[in-house]
Amino acid sequence: MAAKKSGAKTRKPVSEPQKAELVQFYRDMLLIRRFEEKAGQLYGMGLIAGFCHLYIGQEAVVVGVQSVLDPDDQVITGYRDHGHMLACGMTSRGVMAELTGREGGYARGKGGSMHMFSREKNFFGGHGIVGAQVPLGTGLAFANRYKGQDNVCVAYFGDGASNQGQVYEAFNMASLWKLPVVYVIENNQYAMGTSIARASAETELYKRGISFEIPGEEVDGMDVLAVRKAAAKAVQRAREGDGPYILEMKTYRYRGHSMSDPAKYRTREEVQEMREHHDPIEMLKKKLLDAKHVTEDDFKKIEAEVREIVNDSAQFAQDSPEPHPDELWTDVLVESR
Amino acid sequence: MTDILMPALSPTMEEGKLARWLVKEGDTVKPGDVIAEIETDKATMEVEAVDEGVISKLMIAAGTEGVKVNAVIAQISAGDDAPAPKTSGKNKSSAKGAEVHTRSDAKADAAGGKPDDSATEQKARNDGHRLRAPEQKVAAAEGLHDPTLPEGVTYKKTAVRDALRDAIAEEMRRDETVFLMGEEVGQYQGAYKVSRGLLEEFGDRRIIDTPITEYGFAGLGVGAAFGGLKPIVEFMTFNFAMQAIDHIINSAAKTLYMSGGQMGCPIVFRGPNGAASRVGAQHSQDYSAWYGHIPGLKVLAPYDAADAKGLLKAAIRDPNPVVFLEHELMYGIEFDVPEVEDFVLPIGKARIRREGADVTLVAHSRMVKFALDAAEDLAGHGIEAEVIDLRSLRPLDTATVIESVKKTNRIVCCEEGWRFFGVGAEIAAAVTEHAFDYLDAPPMRVAQRDVPLPYAANLEKLSLPNAQDIVAAAKKVCYREVE
Ligand SMILES: Cc1ncc(C[n+]2csc(CCOP(=O)(O)OP(=O)(O)O)c2C)c(N)n1
Ligand SMILES: [Mg+2]
Repeated sequence: MAAKKSGAKTRKPVSEPQKAELVQFYRDMLLIRRFEEKAGQLYGMGLIAGFCHLYIGQEAVVVGVQSVLDPDDQVITGYRDHGHMLACGMTSRGVMAELTGREGGYARGKGGSMHMFSREKNFFGGHGIVGAQVPLGTGLAFANRYKGQDNVCVAYFGDGASNQGQVYEAFNMASLWKLPVVYVIENNQYAMGTSIARASAETELYKRGISFEIPGEEVDGMDVLAVRKAAAKAVQRAREGDGPYILEMKTYRYRGHSMSDPAKYRTREEVQEMREHHDPIEMLKKKLLDAKHVTEDDFKKIEAEVREIVNDSAQFAQDSPEPHPDELWTDVLVESR
Repeated sequence: MTDILMPALSPTMEEGKLARWLVKEGDTVKPGDVIAEIETDKATMEVEAVDEGVISKLMIAAGTEGVKVNAVIAQISAGDDAPAPKTSGKNKSSAKGAEVHTRSDAKADAAGGKPDDSATEQKARNDGHRLRAPEQKVAAAEGLHDPTLPEGVTYKKTAVRDALRDAIAEEMRRDETVFLMGEEVGQYQGAYKVSRGLLEEFGDRRIIDTPITEYGFAGLGVGAAFGGLKPIVEFMTFNFAMQAIDHIINSAAKTLYMSGGQMGCPIVFRGPNGAASRVGAQHSQDYSAWYGHIPGLKVLAPYDAADAKGLLKAAIRDPNPVVFLEHELMYGIEFDVPEVEDFVLPIGKARIRREGADVTLVAHSRMVKFALDAAEDLAGHGIEAEVIDLRSLRPLDTATVIESVKKTNRIVCCEEGWRFFGVGAEIAAAVTEHAFDYLDAPPMRVAQRDVPLPYAANLEKLSLPNAQDIVAAAKKVCYREVE
């Protein structure tokens, strides 16, 4: 398959992040953290129901990767998707209102936590079936190539998902056809209650592309700058027509798999150790303070702004009405006029 | 005298040209002799004689176009033997025509539902004023009975999830070859805690945590069953079995048939099916009709704890692949389960949960609850509903349903899934086929609205069928005012 790039734009190279960008990363990660905490609270109040998978602890992955994408690149992920949507620039209000199943949500309440989409932001979901996003993301990359666009699709999936057969079918085609896709494996060490060692014969997931000639790399997924650096390389490579790349992000989720998971399969100490010594937000904060980029007062200001956004979205998500009953029947098929 | 029929040279051929006869009347032919040439738009084929005989009559002139497949083209006399033609040519093909000719006595289908045509006609004529469908044996349910419980039997309040667990444990104690496999069934004790305690009792050789690889472990399970084991494959929910449905259907359901009976597949695929609560479209689908459609499978969908236990034990013992559909919203509900040594129920028998003379309500799985609630409500309006819990979808106990309709003359089929091509459609068809004259109203169906299940609380409620929907439908078939 020939790589033809008629519609290619000139892309600015990804440079070392400057102070303003670093502060932005901090702010983005903090927004996800506070948003997820609020979602957890609303769940506890019965305003959010069903499955709700929080991203707390993994914020550096999506913020670092998204920082090297352009708005016209595509993103796709699984059901642990709130952070990805915020990082893609979707509004807190729209996401939170979808979580409460209200009219103001991204799918007018019809999708819920696991199934949310924004064509405008090139966010292609939000998929509830483990592993499905991998061939889907590969297909988005195929469309880029087909249309002669130099966009890249990033497909995020978990350590558990990386055992699904369809992942490897997609890998093979992506490499065979040199498709512009970056596979970001968010290895948070657990798939529901199963640790990676109990589910995977090869636990170094960045090697999973070897037999398909897809290079891979392990990355400290708790360090937003390391993530950014690795992603920049992988994305550029894919954009230039050199094919797919695998980034295995070593990360950790602090909360249970979903709201109903008591997480008895790991020790309190293990979680504590990650929170205290590897927290992505605290680590960046320290870096910024050490470099004297930012003062404690600046942080307080950011914190206040973020809280304001999150509280506003929570209020919006409660005030927004339930969808009109007629919505039940819309969007099943595209109606031809 | 044997007819030689116009053969079909391809599966889609409907007619062709009889180009040339290579024999004439009075010729003696033996097997392999080419007797004619046939042309289609794609190829020219030769027709061979299969047996010995004398061509007594050529019915179609050479050069005739548009000869329909299966038309008689010649007759051959051969004493007692009946020679049939066979074709050979550039395209290999079988002499369909001859085959059709010798196959006039098609067997009645498995459910015994296919009437003998001549008898039907005869009876219809005798019936006089109106065509009445023949009284037929409609299902294999006769002779199947729940075990008689000993006098003074005690009952234990048991949640559905624990009844399922007890069934698995009892069968695993009884049979070394039974094992359980699935995501989170071991250390996590089951995503819905159905397998609680099993890892402790049976160890990780027989309670096996799998990676998230449904297609792979379903196939592995089928292979293990071919190899002499009796796997119980748990799907975290049946939504995820869609990844594996190829193995359930192509590998498990069809192999016995394809192997001419050599290779059975004693396996149980089980897990929660249907809508949970507020988990959205990809996690809330009812697969009853999907699996009910497939010959080679048995499909069970119990409602209460006793049936869950007795039927799961039967499923594990069954030498066939069984799809066992549970319901997440039923797992925590307690029912009486008889405390007897070995409680096994027959597969293929419905249970009448409530008797009534005015309308039959048919349901399975969680919908039974709504049917019972509806019956209670209807009783308050002077309508006595009979509630039939199907329990088994394949085989389907049509006999019990039809017996009931003969009494009530009205039926409402209730299911949680979509109505299109659904369980209710099947039952309504069976009832119109076998009890048409007894119906005082067209059968009605209560089902999920014909849309993917929405997440929003109000829309989800509007989408799923409930007791009030059943009440309204029942009143309608009783021609009563619906408020
Ligand atoms: C095909 C399929 N099987 C099972 C599930 C149930 N399930 C949802 S999430 C999950 C664990 C996935 O773990 P991982 O891929 O590591 O992602 P994480 O939750 O850690 O982000 C499972 C088993 C599902 N949604 N889809
Ligand atoms: Mg994981």
